[in-house]
Amino acid sequence: MAKTEDVAIFERNVAKALGDGQLRRNLRSAMATMSQRRRTLFADTEAFEQLRTLGQSIRRRALSQLPELLEQLEQRCTANGIQVHWAETAAEANAIVLDILRRHGATRVIKGKSMVSEEMHLNHFLEEQGIEALETDLGEYIIQLDGETPSHIIVPAIHKNKDQIAHLFHERIPDAPYTEVVEELNAIARGELREKFRTGDVGVSGVNFAVAETGTLCLVENEGNGRMCTTAPPVHIALMGLEKVVEKLQDVPPLLRLLTGSATGQPITTYFNMITSPRRSGELDGPHEVHLVILDNGRSGIYADPERRTTLQCIRCGACLNHCPIYTRLGGHAYGHVYPGPIGSILTPQLKGLDEAGVMATASTFCGACEEVCPVKIPFTEILRMLRNEAYARDESEHEVQGHGYRYTTVEALSWKSWALYNTSPALARIGAQMLSKFGQHLPMIGPLKEWTRVRTPPPFAPKTLHELAQQRGLDDDR
Amino acid sequence: MMTANARENILSRLRAIPTHGRYTVPEAPVIAGLALSREERIDRLRRMLEVMHAEVQVVAAREWLGELKTLLRTRALNGLLYAPATPLGAVLEAAWEEGLPPLVPYVEPVEQCRESLFTIDAGITSTRGAIAETGALILWPSVAEPRLMSLTPGLHIAVLEAEAIFNTFAEAIDRQGWLEQGMPTNVLLISGPSKTADIELTLTFGVHGPKELVVFILQ
Amino acid sequence: MKAYYFGTCVIDACFPQAGLAGIELLQRGDVQVIFPQEQSCCGQPAYNSGFPDEARKVARHQIKTFAKDYPIVVPSGSCAGVLKHQYPRLFAGQPEEEEVRRFSSRIYELSEFLIKVLNVRLEDRGEPIKVTWHSSCNALREMAIIPYAKALLRQLERVELVELQNERECCGFGGTFSVKQPAISAAMVSDKVDDIVQTGAARVLSTDCGCLLNISGALGYRDLKIPTQHLAEFILERTHGQN
Repeated sequence: MAKTEDVAIFERNVAKALGDGQLRRNLRSAMATMSQRRRTLFADTEAFEQLRTLGQSIRRRALSQLPELLEQLEQRCTANGIQVHWAETAAEANAIVLDILRRHGATRVIKGKSMVSEEMHLNHFLEEQGIEALETDLGEYIIQLDGETPSHIIVPAIHKNKDQIAHLFHERIPDAPYTEVVEELNAIARGELREKFRTGDVGVSGVNFAVAETGTLCLVENEGNGRMCTTAPPVHIALMGLEKVVEKLQDVPPLLRLLTGSATGQPITTYFNMITSPRRSGELDGPHEVHLVILDNGRSGIYADPERRTTLQCIRCGACLNHCPIYTRLGGHAYGHVYPGPIGSILTPQLKGLDEAGVMATASTFCGACEEVCPVKIPFTEILRMLRNEAYARDESEHEVQGHGYRYTTVEALSWKSWALYNTSPALARIGAQMLSKFGQHLPMIGPLKEWTRVRTPPPFAPKTLHELAQQRGLDDDR
Repeated sequence: MMTANARENILSRLRAIPTHGRYTVPEAPVIAGLALSREERIDRLRRMLEVMHAEVQVVAAREWLGELKTLLRTRALNGLLYAPATPLGAVLEAAWEEGLPPLVPYVEPVEQCRESLFTIDAGITSTRGAIAETGALILWPSVAEPRLMSLTPGLHIAVLEAEAIFNTFAEAIDRQGWLEQGMPTNVLLISGPSKTADIELTLTFGVHGPKELVVFILQ
Repeated sequence: MKAYYFGTCVIDACFPQAGLAGIELLQRGDVQVIFPQEQSCCGQPAYNSGFPDEARKVARHQIKTFAKDYPIVVPSGSCAGVLKHQYPRLFAGQPEEEEVRRFSSRIYELSEFLIKVLNVRLEDRGEPIKVTWHSSCNALREMAIIPYAKALLRQLERVELVELQNERECCGFGGTFSVKQPAISAAMVSDKVDDIVQTGAARVLSTDCGCLLNISGALGYRDLKIPTQHLAEFILERTHGQN
């Protein structure tokens, strides 16, 4: 069977990732640690269940009135002095950012961690325009130095160990001594970035929650770089996916607890930064201008379908990555897209189309670990299954995911039709089963069986089926 | 750029009636928050902050200045950034004496004092309250007490009235009437010195923000 | 009492002795076991591979075959999960939705039935043995029947259970996943085998033969002589004091 392009690329990425023993060791221990910390914080499973039902309820309430809340957010932000921009695509969002930078003659942008900016490929875009965009979150700083993209949405450089980072710093940072001491590596980065914070023209950040009721942008972080980017430069640009809005200020505390607890097992981060306006009259610091860019980039298409809309409940905690047996073996880069792991596997095919990213939906055993830990109860397996259906739904696509039917082949469709016929025709099934019993051990090792036997012995087909044994024993067959 | 249309296009797509199915909102469970006594709140706050490597001193209101001076005398600091137009500022000015790092007032816009803000060793701020459950200070920067005071100095000293410790974040929002009085430019919850675990999840303190946080809880 | 037995396709073809063991345990509890010869597969392979129409066809066939109002006992957490929790989804909005719900409400995983309905008491007649346990993901999460399975195991006095370090982690089977993503599946089952080896157990037990097919295949490929066994077969062996 001919492979679709997304499948071929993914297979290459998987082979590379699985072959990298260092990567696997780095990832495995880190993910186990993060999962363990989360488990410790939410040790009271009953209380956690209640809390996440609340989280789910808050997110669903927000999404059920999304257009109204976005308008309210815009109205409140505007009243507070925050300038609101709307972007249908990543290109539009980039153009909006560039326009603001140009108006201020900015050449140096300092960035706090933002997955939406990754989605926009903002750094690359700005570089082409001759503008330096510097990542200031330590993990992001590390991977930017190495020309990489984040491999995890919370700990972006977790695929690297300290030896690798030591070499990287020594080679890429002028005058940096070689050291494998984590504290010293941190100090090197701190020294490099401090000057940038002082002199940056514009700060760019993401948004964790945007409160419609008050027009407040909330940011969650530990390092203080997010506060630097949103406080020190004269201009701050906040980037958010349109699903990030919540209705009320009182919706924030439970979501914050779920976010930090699920992500890293922290009861709260070092900083929770709530921004409601630019510098007001008489204030001595803070940016004179705050801009909020609200990005669609495919989200409204997901929103249109109530079953798919659950995807947008996500608060980007990364717990599904940490607990995913597949993510923990591959890391983020193998997925080949900005959002990896379970959330990436349900989000990306919907944002970019199945023909580009449909393979991600096949990277799951439906083990349900993601669903079990998700703080807002996203039904991952249901959405993954729906995406698999859509991948083969040529004409009658119930959910109309872009690129539906892209994997359809007559051969595969026919083989499933025969499978159904076999399993609904007892006479046929009986003959088939007897054939397997007799000749199963001598099946040619091709197709699925070839894949199976790469690391396993062949299936041990029994001389007599349970059907036959049950009949021999005279079991009532209900006729 | 078609941003004028973008807004309308996005909103109209979000308003389209779904073709099938319904998106329901489950009932929100009512979760009873923490309900600690005054002493328990102080104790929990202290423990939670200490886990995050903050140094916490619970002291009688009339003794805290002495403790502050002792702390400052043990260190070689190039200055202590403070906000002169606050009640805390007035107290500090009245109590300042020889042998302590110089008090440096934050009175000019950042554009005029950026250099010194990024080089001063310590800053002291008031707090609007704290949260016992998770361990966090509530900072409410203002015209008199700017935002960078708790960020650029390597040592941040925060002064908290024990009466202003709430059980939970939700309770603080509610009891302090955040909604009713309107949100300020910036509100911060701070639970310790700045930290990172981005290299092999090894927790280290003092990245871009303060390396140390000292909290005086005034009884 | 009468109960249907849904043997599952993996057991039918590869592990019929495990299926028989389950039947015997039910019969010991005075259950009159009905084994409809027309039964086949629950439909999971098609259901998980993007072919819901074919899955529905096969599902309808089972619903028709297990028509009477008896409980349906399934010696697999995975297949039971599909029959109990996924059929109602598969038929949502279809004319037979109500009938399917009634069918699904009759589904029990075997160890769940043994404890919850039959309240069995086991007497261990075997020699002391050290075993380890593999939880299939659907048994663990969707069906949540691992407590029943372990309760049965705990009744066996001379059986020492050494748990895996990563008991809650998938073995990488995932049905068609194992051949559609063979490289990832291989990496997962290889780690599972390592975990099994470090327990020093003499046997690997589970409620699910799909996982055991995967794990035993990988153990065998690495020439490791640690047998895998369905829980029902193990219980029968221990309580007979033979085999």
